[in-house]
Amino acid sequence: MKKNLRVKTGKMIDETYRISFKFNGRLYYGFKGDTLASALLANNIHLVGRSFKYHRPRGIMTAGSEEPNAIVQLHENSSRTEPNVRATEIEIYEGLEASSQNCWPSVNFDIGGINNFLSPLLPAGFYYKTFMWPASFWEKYEYFIRRSAGLGKSPTKPDPDIYEHRYIHCDVLVIGAGISGVMAAKTAAKKGLKTLLVDEKPNLGGSTIYQNSDHFKINNQNSSSWLEKEINEIKKLENLEIKTRTSVAAFHGYNFLLARENLTDHLPIEQRKGKTRHKLLKIRAKKVINATGSIERPLIFNNNDRPGILLSSAIKKYADYFGVACGEKNIFLTNNDSAYETAISLIQKGINIEAIIDNREEIDSKLVYEVEKNNIKIFKGFTVIDTSGYKRINKVSIKKLSKDGQKVVGSKINLLCDCLGISGGWTPAVHLFTQSGGKLRFREEDQVFIPNTYPLDQISIGACNGDLTLDEILKNAPASLKVFLNLKDIEYENLEILSNTNKSKRNIWLLPSDKVLGKTNSFVDYQNDATAKDIKLALREGFKSIEHVKRYTTTGMGTDQGKLGNMHALGIISETANAKMGELGTTTFRPPYTPLTFGTIVGRNVGEYFDVVRKTPIHDWHLDNNAEFENVGQWKRAWYYPQNNEDMHQAVQRESKAARESVGILDASTLGKIDIQGTDASEFLNRVYTNAWSKLAIGKCRYGLMLNEDGMVYDDGVTTRLSENHYIMTTTTGGAANVMGKLEDYLQTEWPELDVYLTSVTDHFATVSVCGPNSKKIVSEVIPDLDFSDENFPHMSFKNAKIGKINCRVMRISFTGEHSYEINVQANYGKSVWEKCMEAGKDFNITPYGTETMHLLRAEKGFIIVGQDTDATMTPIDLQMDWIVSKKKYDFIGKRSLYRSDTIREDRKQLVGLLTENPNEVLEEGAQIVADINKSPIEMLGHVTSSYYSPNLKKSIALGVVKGGKNMMGQKLIIPMEKKNINVIVADPVFLDKENKRLNA
Amino acid sequence: MFIISCPFCGEREQSEFKAGGEAHIIRPKQPTELSDDEWAEYLFMRKNIKGVQFERWNHTHGCRKWFNVVRDTSNDEIKAVYKMGEKPPTV
Ligand SMILES: [Zn+2]
Repeated sequence: MKKNLRVKTGKMIDETYRISFKFNGRLYYGFKGDTLASALLANNIHLVGRSFKYHRPRGIMTAGSEEPNAIVQLHENSSRTEPNVRATEIEIYEGLEASSQNCWPSVNFDIGGINNFLSPLLPAGFYYKTFMWPASFWEKYEYFIRRSAGLGKSPTKPDPDIYEHRYIHCDVLVIGAGISGVMAAKTAAKKGLKTLLVDEKPNLGGSTIYQNSDHFKINNQNSSSWLEKEINEIKKLENLEIKTRTSVAAFHGYNFLLARENLTDHLPIEQRKGKTRHKLLKIRAKKVINATGSIERPLIFNNNDRPGILLSSAIKKYADYFGVACGEKNIFLTNNDSAYETAISLIQKGINIEAIIDNREEIDSKLVYEVEKNNIKIFKGFTVIDTSGYKRINKVSIKKLSKDGQKVVGSKINLLCDCLGISGGWTPAVHLFTQSGGKLRFREEDQVFIPNTYPLDQISIGACNGDLTLDEILKNAPASLKVFLNLKDIEYENLEILSNTNKSKRNIWLLPSDKVLGKTNSFVDYQNDATAKDIKLALREGFKSIEHVKRYTTTGMGTDQGKLGNMHALGIISETANAKMGELGTTTFRPPYTPLTFGTIVGRNVGEYFDVVRKTPIHDWHLDNNAEFENVGQWKRAWYYPQNNEDMHQAVQRESKAARESVGILDASTLGKIDIQGTDASEFLNRVYTNAWSKLAIGKCRYGLMLNEDGMVYDDGVTTRLSENHYIMTTTTGGAANVMGKLEDYLQTEWPELDVYLTSVTDHFATVSVCGPNSKKIVSEVIPDLDFSDENFPHMSFKNAKIGKINCRVMRISFTGEHSYEINVQANYGKSVWEKCMEAGKDFNITPYGTETMHLLRAEKGFIIVGQDTDATMTPIDLQMDWIVSKKKYDFIGKRSLYRSDTIREDRKQLVGLLTENPNEVLEEGAQIVADINKSPIEMLGHVTSSYYSPNLKKSIALGVVKGGKNMMGQKLIIPMEKKNINVIVADPVFLDKENKRLNA
Repeated sequence: MFIISCPFCGEREQSEFKAGGEAHIIRPKQPTELSDDEWAEYLFMRKNIKGVQFERWNHTHGCRKWFNVVRDTSNDEIKAVYKMGEKPPTV
């Protein structure tokens, strides 16, 4: 029914500023300052969603970030759509569109609601058990479960908003700006400490700021007025930075905290343009003051989840802060004085209260007396045993509690209502404290966990420290601050305090009903539909650890992490298992305290900023010449250069033929380059490579293989001796940083006595590789002063030269098996040298080729690529590269491992060549290799590591690793593919020019 | 994320460093004379203590120096930092 339940302008509501918004497609109005929840309640809407498992109708329960039920989807079908937004936190803005999630087709008629009637069939562990049914069953259920389960929908379009990360360093971080936090921030800042105060709400002052009652006074003023003055004062303090709408998500060691500052979610969408939406604050604080307050506990009784059932403190906030009545016939169920605070607020505003049901028998409390004075019926020693009303509560049934609180006695009384406020006392919000490694202790009197031992420089003050009433806060918080901040005196020491709360509480974790437990729905975790009977079932089925019970019943596993119900779950377990609360332990609260958006987590690291991009000095030329690029680590490498609409295969075939028949040119600048100098450089190379280096003459190059200490191939490359004590080492493109790190490690830690210095010079040089039978003609023209005759400049040698005034290092080395040269120049000359080579090669059809052709050419020669043909399980022997392992050297990294019992096994996977029976059939890289297709299970012998169609050999060639492959030459093996089996013959991995004639051609 | 005091640069964020495993495992001088078991002891066996552990760290995004750290792995408290080759402190 449409109604206006706005009672009186709330303290923080601007009634002159009306805002329209849509909920489930219908237009409503609220005021500036409203949350979606308060605006809906003002429109008499409680039903906002359906529960996860049983699809029971659920309403708004709280007024804060602990909300389990009222979670909505914003702006469905737009790029800004966001699931799981708590209606109690989102502030309304013009144009807001929210819809219920987790219900289909609509919140009022939900097909999944049938699960509610099936609930006896959906007990704890239902999903786990379902997975254990035969697979054929699962297929049938999956469709329905997927259709009806799941919380919200993720966006399918790119996020249009901007997110940022920011580091903040401060002396003192105060988390929470309630009365304790405000006092703490003021004290710290006035002491001259750089202080940061954060609060998740849009305003400062916590719940005290709307505590406008004669029962709570500080220095003879209402506590709200007193606090308001304090807040006005701290806003002027220079050392204090205040951040509202900022929620601390994580509290890590060394006082490192993550917080999300929400900057635009409350603004109309058109005002958000160009502004940062969320900032992830990375806070490093010398000292942390937790003033995170407390969360009111619900009560666990039969059918305690109906729309219209709210925490009593939430009803108070809606009335006092937002000026909204949650109902016209209000009833409270409580076990402590809190509900009476709310009742007094409602009485002040003329909101009707039908009755208060108090678990306690005798109560000597000024708050209770005042409520009684207003002729409100109080049922002392009673409890609610059942509720009714499908989409909104309309009735409670109550009975008298037995003396021990375990049963109900006497006759049933029914009371009509449209709203039930519940209060089970308060739970200190110790989530962040425990995240930081803090240990809790259990306080028996009122059954709460409070901070006990602190791992870091931090304290907890106020309600999160277990000081749950105004007088306790004002007595203990200043005293703690004085010690923590090392002060002689503190201004809050002699406050005159009036606090009329009676601290008595009758704690019953699971309130009894007149029905047997199996016939009740007493929800402990609202969001995940875990009930008291689920928890008891889990215990009966043998689960003992609280962490196991939690996972089995999914208690506390929702997006709210069970902020409301975790304590009751513990309580029920302890009662059922006869274990003491303090000894049972608690579940671990994990970051984030409230969910973070992905945008917040990634910040600016999206799109082109996702990762560093490294480009070679010749990159622009590749771009201008239509290159396709491949990512190799962070490098962009030219992959192939398609001409006239060629596809990759066609381009690569053309490039490969050109390199073998005339001349090709490759940008090899990305190869890692390490400059090695020192009198022990040769000795050092001896120790890090498998082959011998001491006899390498100056001006000569050598290929080397580097192992890990476990004998497995780690990297490879050519190293050149530039002078007596000076080498330049090349590494693979991807391995450069790791090789540098590893060599530094050995130098600094194992062999500090060696006189060797390493410098990474990868970015300092550009490398142009010219390859093919005509390569000599090209380089001779580009470097006319150098004698390129085979006598002067043989394969595997090096010369210093000049191109005009540019110094260059020229190596005659080859990764393709062709006669080739590598010209290294200072990086900024790279492009011009490349262009000179192109010019010189014009008449020879010089053809730029990319990494794909390079891979094909080297595969024709059987040259390995570390990381493609090897993984961390291949020794040089496995690669059939025994020739490169020195027998003479006493030691090198990995040598001893080459004859461990495991590495000398004959049946290890070994690198072999593979030729398909049909020469046109090209294998898929990664395909499995088997010998016997009929054996079950089929034994996997290995896999294909490299595979190409070779235009020079006019057939398909492949490399692969095969168990015992070395001794299988000529043997037939099978590559089983999805649609066919491909026959291959094991071959020598060198497919072309075994005699290396082309190197000198 | 903890803060490590590099013996060469001073206090820096953990993200500037890379962990290098257990400290004071010395590479045998004569590996060829070791049995498979003895070599395996050097190669594979690590203590991985819950509590005070001596470990190697490298200031990868700083001075690139390797050094030793004494860290309580149960709460990440760093008890001492010392250079390679220095005698481990008693903690
Ligand atoms: Zn350093």
